[in-house]
Amino acid sequence: MTAETGIGARVKRKEDQRFLTGTGRYVDDLPLARATYAYFLRSPHAHAKIKSIDTGAAKAMPGVVEIFTGKDTADAKVGGLICGWVVKGKDGQPHKAPPHPVMALDTVRYVGDTVAMVVANSADEARDAAEAIKVDYEVKPANVDLAKAFDKGTPEVHAEAPGNLIYDWEIGVKADVDAAFAKAAHVTKLDLVNNRLIPNAMEPRAAAAEYDKGTGNYTLWSTSQNPHVLRLILSAFVLGIPEHKLRVIAPDVGGGFGSKIFCYNEETMVTWAASRVGRPIKWTAERAESFMTDAHGRDHVTHAELALDKDGKFLGLKVDTIANMGAYLSTFSTAVPTYLYATLLAGQYTTPVIHANVRAALTHTAPVDAYRGAGRPEATFVIESIVSKAAAELKMDPAELRRKNFIPADAFPYQTPVALQYDSGNYPPIIDEAMKMADYKGFESRRAEAKSRGKLRGIGFSSYIEACGLGPSRVIGQLGGGVGQWESAQIKFNPTGNVQILTGAHSHGQSHETTFAQLVSDKLGVPIENVEVVHGDTATTPFGMGSYGSRSLAVGGSAIMKAADKVIAKGKKIAAHLMEADVADVVFEQGTFKVAGTDKNVPLGAAVFAAYVPHNYPLEELEPGMDENAFYDPSNFVYPAGTQICEVEVDPETGVVEVVNHTAVDDFGNIINPMIVEGQVHGGIVQGVGQALMENAVYDKETGQLVSGSYMDYTMPRADDVPSFKLGNKVTPCPHNPLGVKGCGEAGAIAAPAAVMNAVHDALAPLGVTHVPMPATPQTVWQAIHGGK
Amino acid sequence: MTINVAMTVNGKAASGKVEARTLLVQFLREHLGLTGTHVGCDTSQCGACVVHLDGKSIKSCTILAVQAEGGKVTTIEGLAESAEKLHPMQEAFRENHALQCGFCTPGMVMSAIDMVKRHNYQLDEATVRRELEGNLCRCTGYHNIVKAILAAAPAMKSAGV
Repeated sequence: MTAETGIGARVKRKEDQRFLTGTGRYVDDLPLARATYAYFLRSPHAHAKIKSIDTGAAKAMPGVVEIFTGKDTADAKVGGLICGWVVKGKDGQPHKAPPHPVMALDTVRYVGDTVAMVVANSADEARDAAEAIKVDYEVKPANVDLAKAFDKGTPEVHAEAPGNLIYDWEIGVKADVDAAFAKAAHVTKLDLVNNRLIPNAMEPRAAAAEYDKGTGNYTLWSTSQNPHVLRLILSAFVLGIPEHKLRVIAPDVGGGFGSKIFCYNEETMVTWAASRVGRPIKWTAERAESFMTDAHGRDHVTHAELALDKDGKFLGLKVDTIANMGAYLSTFSTAVPTYLYATLLAGQYTTPVIHANVRAALTHTAPVDAYRGAGRPEATFVIESIVSKAAAELKMDPAELRRKNFIPADAFPYQTPVALQYDSGNYPPIIDEAMKMADYKGFESRRAEAKSRGKLRGIGFSSYIEACGLGPSRVIGQLGGGVGQWESAQIKFNPTGNVQILTGAHSHGQSHETTFAQLVSDKLGVPIENVEVVHGDTATTPFGMGSYGSRSLAVGGSAIMKAADKVIAKGKKIAAHLMEADVADVVFEQGTFKVAGTDKNVPLGAAVFAAYVPHNYPLEELEPGMDENAFYDPSNFVYPAGTQICEVEVDPETGVVEVVNHTAVDDFGNIINPMIVEGQVHGGIVQGVGQALMENAVYDKETGQLVSGSYMDYTMPRADDVPSFKLGNKVTPCPHNPLGVKGCGEAGAIAAPAAVMNAVHDALAPLGVTHVPMPATPQTVWQAIHGGK
Repeated sequence: MTINVAMTVNGKAASGKVEARTLLVQFLREHLGLTGTHVGCDTSQCGACVVHLDGKSIKSCTILAVQAEGGKVTTIEGLAESAEKLHPMQEAFRENHALQCGFCTPGMVMSAIDMVKRHNYQLDEATVRRELEGNLCRCTGYHNIVKAILAAAPAMKSAGV
């Protein structure tokens, strides 16, 4: 369309009006007549046998409608929650898959495990009654320390997974890597813990369900990133409600970051119980419940070694990782530390041989699954930490060592030794730009100036690659993924010429309502105010896979472009009829069909009107209406890449780390709305800075109590913890999708932890400090400076 | 036991029967249907529930409805003159892409307005960042929120709000 609203324009968001005026509609905002309210009683123990549950007194409390326990769900033969990605271990066997009941049966396995569901006339009454339920627990020793999960004598979480091992998996040829190490001039070794995080979308998870007795239809409103997938899981595996009798609506959703991809106990129970109670049921998590029961992220213990030749060329990388799964396997948990982690270990480098061994462990903690970046931040942290450590050991400039090993621009498509084939990229100009923007040359004088103020200044690099927009579906299936990875789109014109785009993707902050409207406005020449994006309702939108893994534009946007092509193709036939021209002579330019070399033209709106009022229309060869849908299955992943440079100042007296400068230069391919893309990067960086300096999900190693279970204990980044950022971008268009786009949603969070931690290490290097664990809190940094005193 | 409460909300008289323990935010959301004010935590840390009571920003999850008896409450729904004419702070949030998922936004906007007034329309970046200590956002990284508030301060002054 016009330059103001087309591809590349900083179009202000369509969604803002409702969010700024308090008229957004989140799940908890729904007015449901005669609603009841659910409250879940949760286990206070990490590991205990349930000897008995007495709900007698609670049932007599005011306002109580019904109380359900695990026995009720077992009696009703409610299925367990599933893990949707089968990872095969070294032994060729599928991973261990212990049962995941929606309500605990005879054993609780983490603090927060679901024990009973109270349904009452008000949320307060439900909570009051839950306090009156008497549960007799026999407390047992808990397995909490990930590093010891496989040790002999560690309590087992499930009998179905002996020794707490879910799988022992590898990628790469170990013998080749060993041979490379035998020739190495230098080997850098690194032990690290990738700290456990709690996603903390600002809107707590919520669910509301209603059952219509007359039709037998269920409606579930859920804070979901992927309502169709949620419906599929509930229908096919858990509740057995046929898909066509279950409508799932994800209305406005207040952030997800991965944590709202999964199928959880609570939405399952609310749906199941709605027909039994005969009234709608609403549930909204308290923040304490979010801390305890949202799927957590990261949590790896890793040993890595990098072999280099005498010139600093990487010869090989070996990585050994234990990944925490928590007490039950969440929906996509198994894929995160394998296909989304180890396949990324080449990073931006030509490392010729790589071997990774990953063992997934059960512990008596909350389930762990995808969180913004999902595996790729963990991979980037390993690579970028060990590369910077190697540079320090070899007394090389960290940028120079990276540059020496970058995959050259003429090597694409580039086959890595860990399965992925990078489609496009050009890394050296990115780091050059980042260094220029960060004034790398001036750093030593800033370091000296900081020293004069008693501060230790450091600078750190992180050059990341990510694989997102997963696909093709065939490959995902070969790797064990249980779902397709295509996306759907429908472009539905109304007779008066305005348009609805129905997408299977879901926006929970990413601004699809604006970006997708820009695509269609630009491509079809319809004013953007006449384009509306519809998403998040299984009754109105085509089946779609939802939003996660930075896929919405690369996959969902591509589906929209395919549907738009169909609109144009059909419009050409209508216009040819109206202009009495040959279809082959009709061209489409800026919203108008024309016959080349003549002044004949038909605006798209006129063709659409003719399609709905087909009085002068080729009915014998063309159906009426203008309503086109498309499914797009990607032919490869997309590979965004970039470099972040972080500059910190450390106060050696207190251990406080301040991020003083942070620069990010990214290659996201073509950009539709730079304003929105920049916003995604800002938010991602702060989540990465949070992981590096503040956030840590801590369980007491003896009792398994979640120590960091509130905003007073789990340090969320606040406005004064971070600076404003410098962002730049370089473009190598993706060669295999119609828009040439890559993903931007996770990049900030993927790159930032290593950039920050490398800067902290650089700052402390003059004191002889070689290792600071993440998060680098004041206490941790102070201890590193003072030798663990 | 229920208690009658009466107050002015967004310029209109509002009253209802509440339990003694009913929080102001519950009264606004559940009794008056003003669901623009959100609840994001249970420890008074996140600021999603910030409203104005008698002209000052407060966390409506940390005050009982009965404590607001007779008071003048303004919520996010009561800020804009009309759908077309938003408050300068709302406009600045839109112009600067200071919101993504929108969940923290009402509290951010209400806190920011109070902040600008308390600082007599004179703010710098460090002050804005420090003053935002009571509001959490997980989406924006604060970068554009800070920009929006700095842009709104002079706009509020010239608009006389």
